[in-house]
Amino acid sequence: MTDRIEKRIELKAPVSRVWRALTDYREFGQWFRVKLDGPFKAGQVSRGHITYPGYEHLKWEAVVQKIEPERLFSFTWHPYAIDPKKDYSKETPTLVEFRLEKTAGGTLLLLTESGFDKIPSDRRAEAFRMNDGGWTEQMKNIESHVAKTS
Amino acid sequence: MSQKRRSSAVAKRQVQAPIFAALGDQTRLALVAKLCRRQPYSISQLTHGSKLTRQAITKHLRVLQSAGIVHSVRRGRESLFEFDPQPIEGIKEYLDFVSGQWDQALSRLKSFVEE
Repeated sequence: MTDRIEKRIELKAPVSRVWRALTDYREFGQWFRVKLDGPFKAGQVSRGHITYPGYEHLKWEAVVQKIEPERLFSFTWHPYAIDPKKDYSKETPTLVEFRLEKTAGGTLLLLTESGFDKIPSDRRAEAFRMNDGGWTEQMKNIESHVAKTS
Repeated sequence: MSQKRRSSAVAKRQVQAPIFAALGDQTRLALVAKLCRRQPYSISQLTHGSKLTRQAITKHLRVLQSAGIVHSVRRGRESLFEFDPQPIEGIKEYLDFVSGQWDQALSRLKSFVEE
């Protein structure tokens, strides 16, 4: 049983390009779908709000841990803390780490998120509601599409 | 409400930490593996073929019980122990969900840097 998530992805772009996409707050925001208030600074809180369609009312908050140029970028956060009325600050956050390695074809990105053993289980249920809401919406779209075309 | 359902409702309010801790032990993992096979087991059945004493097995079962992974049911004068997969499935589902979110985010990053 593991309490971490690990991903490896090969990117056909130089390390410097990937580094910029990860650590420039505007570029990060574009692919992560979050609008950040300002640049990432090690040891400081990063704030903004989600731009993912349907979740625009949600705030983004993370604490930047390490910025080691073209090697390591990390932050702690509360994954999918989706209830705007709830205070998540008492919970132990998870740690997200992006590590970069130069390869023949570009860049190898290693992502780890660890510390899930500290998350209360009622939070898990919340994340599910979010996920479930997404699917319910999709099913409605399919339904109305089918209804129109039949 | 059945015994099992009430217990899992209680387990839902617990934090995940005890589940990870409960499974982070060779003896308890072996007990869980055994309990997965056939349900329910008595302490004697669980002690049989093990190097551990009845007391030691009981202690490990208590840890598993407090994590909500194992429940005891009474049959006559005996207490029987059975496995409840729900807390573990709950964690697995949650990790799968977060993992899926990362897959989507990383594939957006891929098209973003490769374009």
